[in-house]
Amino acid sequence: MRPDPATRDELERLALRVRAHAVRMATNGGCFLGASLSCADLLVYLYTRFLRVTPQSLNDPDHDILLLSKGHDVPALYGTLAELGFFAPSRLANHLSTNDALYWHPNRSIPGVEFHSGSLGHLLAVGAGIAYDARLRSSPRRVVVILGDGELNEGSVWETALVASAQRLENLIAVVDRNDFQANVRTEDLVPLEPLVHKWSGFGWDVETADGHDFADLDEAFHALTIGTGSPRVVIAQTVRGKGLPSIEGRADRWFCNFSAPEIEDLLAELHGGVTTTIHAEPLMVR
Amino acid sequence: MTATIEPMPRLSSDSVSHTAASGATYETVLADLALADERILVLTAENRAAIRGLPPRLGARFLDTGITEQTMVGMGAGLALQGRIPVLHGLSAFLTMRAFEFIRTDVGIARLPVKLVGGVAGILSEANGPTHQAIEDVALMRTIPHMQIFCPADTRELLGALPALIAHPDPVYIRYIDRPPVVPYAPAFAIGRAHVLTRGHDLAILSYGALVRESLEAAVLLESAGLSVLLVDMRTLAPIDESVMAMAAQSTRLLVTVEDHVATGGLSTIVAERLVNSGISVQLLPINLGHGWFTPGLLPDALRASRLSGEQIATRVLERLAHLPLD
Repeated sequence: MRPDPATRDELERLALRVRAHAVRMATNGGCFLGASLSCADLLVYLYTRFLRVTPQSLNDPDHDILLLSKGHDVPALYGTLAELGFFAPSRLANHLSTNDALYWHPNRSIPGVEFHSGSLGHLLAVGAGIAYDARLRSSPRRVVVILGDGELNEGSVWETALVASAQRLENLIAVVDRNDFQANVRTEDLVPLEPLVHKWSGFGWDVETADGHDFADLDEAFHALTIGTGSPRVVIAQTVRGKGLPSIEGRADRWFCNFSAPEIEDLLAELHGGVTTTIHAEPLMVR
Repeated sequence: MTATIEPMPRLSSDSVSHTAASGATYETVLADLALADERILVLTAENRAAIRGLPPRLGARFLDTGITEQTMVGMGAGLALQGRIPVLHGLSAFLTMRAFEFIRTDVGIARLPVKLVGGVAGILSEANGPTHQAIEDVALMRTIPHMQIFCPADTRELLGALPALIAHPDPVYIRYIDRPPVVPYAPAFAIGRAHVLTRGHDLAILSYGALVRESLEAAVLLESAGLSVLLVDMRTLAPIDESVMAMAAQSTRLLVTVEDHVATGGLSTIVAERLVNSGISVQLLPINLGHGWFTPGLLPDALRASRLSGEQIATRVLERLAHLPLD
């Protein structure tokens, strides 16, 4: 199942376009760019190689569902959905306009967005409900829920992890975007999560790990998820906050970003050419 | 002119009968509805008092998530998103407060037909103590757009309304009650329609839920003191029967609200808001739990400790009437 080199090139080009969309949203009000860039490859991988969903199948009761529980990284989702034809890429220019609905957190008026989010710790439970319905109907539907690692501070995530395990929801797949940061600080400096694999397995989940920026590795992890064990499944994807822009990568102060127009041009050049730029914009702390 | 009081049943707190003449219970009515409609699922956060017999009848459409109100509500939203009608059970205090943000954010924002059935709400938590007292549930639930709030006075009213509430396309919060009938006859249920129990012109008592019984006792005492009492069981608090409220305000000298809820955000607040908006002036006597938790005790004792027995309500009304400004 490993993607062949041509496919990998194609996925990487697609991910680059998604990142460019996200960067363009980081001005005129800005967006949560750091978190968006960490999950861009994950979303591109899932929508092109794993999920059985297309713009045409959204009304099919068996189509796979992706829920973005860490809703603030929605620019990456907007970009992915636009690139894959769920809505016109030109609509991305409406980011933050009150005449459209592409705001800082996802909502269902955007084609392809299955449920709103923004408040952390909600969508694993919503996903469990969708998975329970699918099982009642003997539907082949799978429900994938993307969680932030900072989001794992929320008790409701672990509450649902227990329930999903008790109910043996093996059609529920969690993906942890393990970029090592929460809003302002490194996760391990605030509420340490490690050993994270053991935590999930201790809650009764089958766990796989992957490099969240390597499509071959992701493919291996998602296809290694075994069906038939009766356990819900989780992929812990190691990622880098701000991935693709060395000037903001791995920085605690580049969670929410609002850059000037020239800075956006510099960042786009950096994204495409590997030239590192220097950003002078004041870091914005939202929380 | 005197009030017309419909024949009253013997008001007996030791009655164990919670069934209508047909023998129906909450559990049997819910089971029948669920068996006739596969969209209906029954969920509980390990609160099975009212639904103990459902697991064998509903199979996988009965889901006990454990002591997990947040997860239950989130799952309910997910199920409703797929066209299901989940009927969720929990103790009111934990369902409406522990899971409040899940109700507001997952159920409310998406306007999903999740049905929330809260047990031992208000005074019905008896001797449990403040942790279990859902006495701010109406205030919380009515901040959520489109939430339908139903507070039945007795089991019969609950059972009569259940089909309409489950069929309703919006989220619903029900203050569950398992108490014998307050009045011998309950008219057909309609959301937003109050039930006028007695008609009168001196004062009006508006109540809901468990305290309709005490309000009726108070009305009988006030009648025997020569007063003509308009007594209304509001039934639903959202939407609320504004025409009955306006009629009560305009046709009597004193409007009394009786509720086992804190002073903030319940029926007295709703009445004040609506009448001010309508430009209707009224003398209002809010009888409620004030701003604190009530003294725990068995039901008759808890009612007396909070000055909510029928006799105490009547006394409070008479005191207020004695001090009403002249028209």
